[in-house]
Amino acid sequence: MATLREIRRRIASITNIAQVTDAMRVVAAARLRRAQENITATRPYAEKLDTILGHLISQIENPTHPLLERREVKHVCLISVSGDRGLCGSFNSNVIRTTTQRSQHYQANGADVTLICIGRRTHEHFSRRGYDITDAYVNIFRQLEFQTAVDVVHEFEQLYVDKQIDRVEVIYNNFKSAILQTVLVEQLLPLEPEVPEGDELFLDYVYEPGQEALFEMLLSKDLNMQMWKVLLDSNAAEQAARMAAMENATQKANELIDELILQRNRARQTQITTEISEIVSGAAALEG
Amino acid sequence: MLSRSFHLEIRTPEKLIYEGEVTSVRAPGVEGNFEILAGHIPFLTALEVGELRIREGDTPQLLATSGGVFEVLRTGVTALVETAEWASEIDVQRAATALERAQAHLAANALDLNVQRAEAARARAQNRVKVASNL
Repeated sequence: MATLREIRRRIASITNIAQVTDAMRVVAAARLRRAQENITATRPYAEKLDTILGHLISQIENPTHPLLERREVKHVCLISVSGDRGLCGSFNSNVIRTTTQRSQHYQANGADVTLICIGRRTHEHFSRRGYDITDAYVNIFRQLEFQTAVDVVHEFEQLYVDKQIDRVEVIYNNFKSAILQTVLVEQLLPLEPEVPEGDELFLDYVYEPGQEALFEMLLSKDLNMQMWKVLLDSNAAEQAARMAAMENATQKANELIDELILQRNRARQTQITTEISEIVSGAAALEG
Repeated sequence: MLSRSFHLEIRTPEKLIYEGEVTSVRAPGVEGNFEILAGHIPFLTALEVGELRIREGDTPQLLATSGGVFEVLRTGVTALVETAEWASEIDVQRAATALERAQAHLAANALDLNVQRAEAARARAQNRVKVASNL
């Protein structure tokens, strides 16, 4: 049985841990709020871009573009999006696991796989295991910038147009709500734009420059936007996961403290009882 | 009805920059600057790095933008741009240093230099300095 002093020391240290985890929860909650605001802020742009692209596609008879071209899948590029830090439950490990599975799936079908790692966690994991990593972006989540999404897209878009890769998928944590995040695998290339229902009120535009040049530009912008959404989503999901993990940790710590307090009281009582009986027996010995 | 107004929205991936009724908007199209007034036919164009000038009343307001799409519909006008900054909010000092850095970057001509991107960065920096000084 632990001595009274040991128990007191443990209570003190676990109280400290609980304070730290609780502080981390508060920080994550604040970051989560900001991340959610960022997601909402992209909506006006994204929705408009979708409508314009939809209008254009409905006007073009047979859209052809290098980014729409489907090829036999021999080279796959997987973009694996994790966080830069740990202490967020299974957030990082889920992405890593799914990426490994996808990679094995393609390799089993005779394709070779290259990775683009976003976030320190996936990069560390896969570079240690000798995966073919085309590029890595670490420490980008602290100060998320749209330019990062543009840079990532620029990279794989070029590879796709040069026919060095035939398929691009992104693996990331989708932010459903503060309590639910799921790992998603989404195909980025080849693009599969949806042809919208006919909009009767819509009249064709006057285009400047040509229709095709604009279509090309919009496709590329659409891709940037998809990547940007992935980054924002992953960021929000990370904060939510961390918040939940830290809340759990704080709760566990508090339970442990309660238990230790009981143990401490019991130990203290035993000590007092022992002391009293020693005094009593000492007194009895004197009298006798 | 000398100056009819129409609805204009300027949106970037990061936020909604402007929404309101204006009487005219001038924008940097890929085939030259153009100006839109109320009642324009549906029109879709690409924008270059440059200056957006909107007019609500008598005084024009200026923005530095770095390219995007510009759509005119009967119901209103929307500019979707990668970035947009009000001229009054541009930190001239910072813009000037960014320009110098971009120029130095290009002049150094390092082996791994992505010329296209470096030039785009320079164009953006130049534009910000210019727009801020037009105020």
